Amino acid sequence: MTRVQRQVILSKLGVFRELGILAALVVLIAVTALSNSRFLSAQSVKDLLLGSTVLALLAVGQTIVVITRNVDLSVGSVLGLSAFATATLLSGDSGLPVPVVAVVGVLIGAVCGLVNGTLIAAARVPALVVTLGTMYVFRGIDYTWATGKQINAADMPTGFLKLGTATVLGVPVLTMFAVVVLVIAAYYLASYRGGRELYAIGSEPDAARLSGIPVGKRVTAAFVASGALAGLAGVLHSARFGTVDANAGLGLELNVVAAVVVGGVAIFGGSGSVYGAALGAVLLTTIGSALPVLGINPFWQRAAVGALIIAAISLDRALVVRLSKALRARRNRG
Amino acid sequence: MSTALLGLDGVSKSYGAVAALRDVRLELRAGEAHALVGENGAGKSTLVKILAGVHQPDTGVLTFDGKPLVLGNPADARAAGIAVIYQEPTLFPDLTVAENIFMGRQPRRSLGRIDHAAVRARTRDLFDRLGVALDPDRPARGLSIADQQLVEIAKALSFDARVLVMDEPTAALSGVEVERLFGVARSLRDSGAAVLFISHRFDEIFALCQTITVLRDGQWVSTDAAADLTVDRVVRRMVGREVSSLFPKQDTKVRDVRLDVRGLSLAGWFQDVSFTVRGGEIVALAGLVGAGRSEVVRAIFGIDRYDAGEVHVDGRRLRAGDTDAAIAAGLALVPEDRRQQGLVMELSVERNQTLPRRWKLSTAGLLTGKAERAAARTWSERLQVKTSSLRAPVSTLSGGNQQKVVLAKWLATEPGVLIVDEPTRGIDVGTKAEVHRLLSALAADGVAVLMVSSELPEVLGMADRVLVMHEGRLTADIPRASADEESVMQAATGVGR
Ligand SMILES: Nc1ncnc2c1ncn2[C@@H]1O[C@H](COP(=O)(O)OP(=O)(O)OP(=O)(O)O)[C@@H](O)[C@H]1O
Ligand SMILES: [Mg+2]
Repeated sequence: MTRVQRQVILSKLGVFRELGILAALVVLIAVTALSNSRFLSAQSVKDLLLGSTVLALLAVGQTIVVITRNVDLSVGSVLGLSAFATATLLSGDSGLPVPVVAVVGVLIGAVCGLVNGTLIAAARVPALVVTLGTMYVFRGIDYTWATGKQINAADMPTGFLKLGTATVLGVPVLTMFAVVVLVIAAYYLASYRGGRELYAIGSEPDAARLSGIPVGKRVTAAFVASGALAGLAGVLHSARFGTVDANAGLGLELNVVAAVVVGGVAIFGGSGSVYGAALGAVLLTTIGSALPVLGINPFWQRAAVGALIIAAISLDRALVVRLSKALRARRNRG
Repeated sequence: MSTALLGLDGVSKSYGAVAALRDVRLELRAGEAHALVGENGAGKSTLVKILAGVHQPDTGVLTFDGKPLVLGNPADARAAGIAVIYQEPTLFPDLTVAENIFMGRQPRRSLGRIDHAAVRARTRDLFDRLGVALDPDRPARGLSIADQQLVEIAKALSFDARVLVMDEPTAALSGVEVERLFGVARSLRDSGAAVLFISHRFDEIFALCQTITVLRDGQWVSTDAAADLTVDRVVRRMVGREVSSLFPKQDTKVRDVRLDVRGLSLAGWFQDVSFTVRGGEIVALAGLVGAGRSEVVRAIFGIDRYDAGEVHVDGRRLRAGDTDAAIAAGLALVPEDRRQQGLVMELSVERNQTLPRRWKLSTAGLLTGKAERAAARTWSERLQVKTSSLRAPVSTLSGGNQQKVVLAKWLATEPGVLIVDEPTRGIDVGTKAEVHRLLSALAADGVAVLMVSSELPEVLGMADRVLVMHEGRLTADIPRASADEESVMQAATGVGR
């Protein structure tokens, strides 16, 4: 292999990583469809897409946080809070139009993210600790507010519920929302100074400070983005299910982190893409629905997800080690 | 020409109980290169960090163009037109070299989007000016120290700085790269910028600077025109006493071959490298940055693999890629990148120094602390490590003092074959002579020393033989008697072959 070729390949490493997930996804779908043709029926594809949508949206937000060498464990609770708020507003007599309610849901999430980001940036407490705390706090607020109530589909405007099930050419509208968000986030991260600075912060926080990057501000913004996306996910959640209680999104945060890691986002920050994370979310969701179809015992499903996470992290480590060896040894002169 | 562009007056700065700077003054003039010299720990980098807005002075004022200047953070300093090259490279390993250079200042096109093509093109321009052959699109991960410094230099030159501050930018560079850097610095200076230059190499200081300020123990000692000074006078002011700035190697009895390298090759970086080092001998490995010297010694020590060839230590063949076996065979390597490979920044000075010798110093497997402290104290004194306490974390030491800790750590392992990669990088004159004295003493005890060095005076003063590499090949093996600046540089640049 010539130097130039190796160079090109090395720089495409990230893309390879995403292609790898895509390949795994295709194989999994093909195998499952071969054993049960109904797996590819319109309804089941739609369910799969809808199921992936919320997780993928959360994974996009989580990626934005993780590339700055932080983590947001409160997203499940934020989703719950936003979902319950949306459902409450729509089921009452407020008569607020759906778009306004959706914006309120997003704003609730953004405020939660602002709380996280401010505590982390200003008080300099590690994100793991802060968001573990706010995960319980936000959920607690949700419980207190809901006081055991459940809001049913019957109480919600039909327009909103239709949105949850509507499809265009077989693709759910909610999924399209998520795809638009995904593309915008990816473009921002790749092509705006603010986006690149998030990578810089995660890659080497001290160096980021020395180069004059407003680290605290950027990290706070990342948490606001993650919160807002969790808020949006809450809105989509209530549109999809119609029925919302205070347990919406319970335990979802670990699935989100798993999706991000499987999607090739470095857990110590600095690299990874939202596309990879979204693919990771789709892969995890597909595993969740394919393994039962294949008749695999639920215990093994969880073990499979666990093995996938460990494999993904080991693979990424191995790639980084190989890459740095190759790069160090390469003189790349001339 | 002689108006002060950037001034400091009465500046003091303490880290806890350590007073790093006391009542320091400094005036940088437009169109002038100003050198700041002082021993390791004198406070030079602290002053740089104040100019960079990283630290705020406890007392004292900064003025810019005669007006008071307050630098609350690095962004303020950038906005004021102050470009800084820090002593330790501050790169983002996951990002490309081009992104590293333009982070936060990327050229933009419509809608505020980054113009990636322009980022790349401007990086290429900068590299052309500096004569750097790095690919702008490669990640910064894995760059050698010298290449990292070149990227830092490119970064500082990438904005139209009115003040250029360089904290030991040349420490890992060889003559050719230094000349190019100076060319660029001179043209900046002549176009009206003020330059502050820090180095422990006096030839560079006198080549570039018109004014020299000396710091000692955090205090201002003197500021004079370079023309009125000599190296000896500067050194005396730095140290406060007479020291010899160079310590030539003593003649020793040359014994059997201890390190025998035969036909070592690794496709792409070095080919067919063969040489021997005998006990009692100091052999220097000279060459330009990127000639493959560090790669060869890393391969010998087993950090990197090699495609072909053999390494023998004391007649026994070493397994490739096995550092444990290399250490067991009596090999020691003081690596080039000490911060990454030689130190645990959070641990104390004494712990760091005794890490590779944990077993020797332990009683029944337990580190008793007493033996550890005694050993650490001996070496710290020999190398004059300046620290508030041996228990202080290494991260609070000045750059040069960190280097000394790594050096002490490996010298104390009593190796049979010692490989040192840039042994005196960032180390001040007094200690440099001490390091040379130590290497010479080790050789006299029968140790075989292989020394990679980019500093020609060191190579010529210390080596019994000079091996020169050029683009991955050994191009010369020059005995001490006929080694001089010209013969080494010719072989290093591949001239006359
Ligand atoms: N973060 C810190 N915490 C505590 N002490 C520090 C810290 N940084 C530097 N010091 C101390 O301040 C003093 C001055 O250090 P400084 O880095 O300015 O020295 P220097 O002149 O740049 O030396 P060198 O030539 O080794 O780079 C030293 O005694 C050092 O131990
Ligand atoms: Mg320093």
